[in-house]
Amino acid sequence: MWRDHLTQIIVFAVLFLGVSALGFFASRWRRTGSLDHLDEWGLGGRRFGGWITWFLLGGDIYTAYTFVAVPALLFAAGAMGFYAVPYTVIVYPLVMFALVRLWSVSYRHGLVTPADFVRTRYKSPTLALLVAITGIVATMPYIALQLVGIEAALKTMGLVGASGFGRHLPIMIAFAIIAAYTYSSGLRAPALIAFVKDGLIYLVIIVAVIYLPYKLGGWGHIFDAAQAKFEASPAPNDGILLNANNQLNYITLALGSALALFLYPHTATGILAGRDRNVIKRNMAALPAYSLVLGLIALLGYAAIAAHTTPVLKDNNTIVPALFDGVFPAWFAGVAFAAIGIGALVPAAIMSIAAANLFTRNIYVEFFARDASAARQAKVSKLTSLLVKFGALLFVVLINPQFSIDLQLIGGVIILQTLPSVGIGLYTRWFHRGALIAGWAAGMGAGLWMLYLVPNPATDHAHFGGSAIALSKLGLDTPKTLYVGFLAVALNLIVSTVLTLVLRAANVRDDGDDTSPEDYVADRSTERSSLAAVASESSGVAASRAAS
Amino acid sequence: MKKDRRAWNWLLVVPVVVPLVTLFFNADEPRLAGFPLFYWLQLAFVALVVIVTTVVYQLTVRAEAKSDVA
Repeated sequence: MWRDHLTQIIVFAVLFLGVSALGFFASRWRRTGSLDHLDEWGLGGRRFGGWITWFLLGGDIYTAYTFVAVPALLFAAGAMGFYAVPYTVIVYPLVMFALVRLWSVSYRHGLVTPADFVRTRYKSPTLALLVAITGIVATMPYIALQLVGIEAALKTMGLVGASGFGRHLPIMIAFAIIAAYTYSSGLRAPALIAFVKDGLIYLVIIVAVIYLPYKLGGWGHIFDAAQAKFEASPAPNDGILLNANNQLNYITLALGSALALFLYPHTATGILAGRDRNVIKRNMAALPAYSLVLGLIALLGYAAIAAHTTPVLKDNNTIVPALFDGVFPAWFAGVAFAAIGIGALVPAAIMSIAAANLFTRNIYVEFFARDASAARQAKVSKLTSLLVKFGALLFVVLINPQFSIDLQLIGGVIILQTLPSVGIGLYTRWFHRGALIAGWAAGMGAGLWMLYLVPNPATDHAHFGGSAIALSKLGLDTPKTLYVGFLAVALNLIVSTVLTLVLRAANVRDDGDDTSPEDYVADRSTERSSLAAVASESSGVAASRAAS
Repeated sequence: MKKDRRAWNWLLVVPVVVPLVTLFFNADEPRLAGFPLFYWLQLAFVALVVIVTTVVYQLTVRAEAKSDVA
């Protein structure tokens, strides 16, 4: 009952509303031009320095996924869930240079979205349209995961009713608030809130990782308790170590997630808002600090086992909030819930902005209103950011996988299909645009079909129950499982490659490239027009180079 | 183009490949502060990646400063 959680609710509400006020205030923060321009609303004026970018990208990557979905997976399935750690380790070295190149080419050509890049690189509005739609659709389940995160905190406080409407009412109110300040402040809102979010999360996690082992008899005991639970369970693939059947799944999940992350439109948004190349590079070296925190939060799933925590309303997603509820004093549990809720707000805002930019630039302007003014574009983006959030709500209602983490992984299967055109496209224009379109279609078709084949054993649904496919489903005689996205993108690459060879041999027309090799290494400090701006922001290398 | 093609960039391969070879560390022993090998080693890879990316970044910055002077 919510009455037992009154202190928590008050602390949560105060922090949540305070942050929302900050979101509205953000429209005045570091303002360089009118917010009626997409560069201002959607990219914060492209002038964020190292620190803000760190917090913004941190807000992109470390989301409700980290605080709710990953620990829930460890709690229920064990070692498998720890794939999030290698994922967030390998992602930085893997994509460091690709993202720096994306920054440069976008800066040179005034690009806002990954689809803009594809449009310029391949001169194909069709391919750009596919990339844009892919980005928008893939973002929705990821936003949906943020909703699930907020809902987990609300459930633990007894604020989620059992009836159909009451069940979703608190989450709708929370989302209406985010939608309103995203609409008015654009990317500046999540950037500013990200500071508060990280402050709260670090506070909670430091207290948790020191206090919990002390209270539960040390980490050794926590791992032993987890092992005892998995040994007693009938499920074949759980345990505190991997087994022969799920090792490949673990590796393909880590690799697939890392590649997917850099293709998500909201990652591009966070990167493009940076001031220069060095801001991005420094961040690639500094961001893994979050991964350590992610790993420790993930292990709270085991701490919950040792503390004999039971999920609220049988929903595994509530395991971390329920753990906090059980071991912390009420006021501090309220702070922790606010950290979870705000941790979900920041990425939800960035993601909806990114999806809105895609719609405006690559669908609305490209196909419906070629001569739309900057103000008109900003207006359309603002409205679309609202629609995208409703799309996310639909995902919550319609798709019900066994683990909430699968919402993010299903998004990953979808977005990975832009790897050849966007990711590899940053390095080479070798692929034929027609082949890329065919590869996309093949990968997307196969990916969705495989997702359709995955059952959910917990609810007895036969379809869309997760993201790991048993190879036996594909006719192979083995109990091993693999990440669907990995197989789908492999097919995509094969089709793209083979068809490129065929189309080139048949001399089918391919319209060339609006970018040049120098565009991919361009930097703000090498552009004469912005020398003054860089000098005035005087930071380290950029400034000294500009001065010389 | 030259900027992205320096030899030390290959260092970045190490923190990409090492965390994916689960075969080598999918074990309980030896434990460190109660953490099974599988867990403490993967957390240690975070330090590995920070060190490698920082080194690559610093080398790049220095090389660029040098080429600017020249």
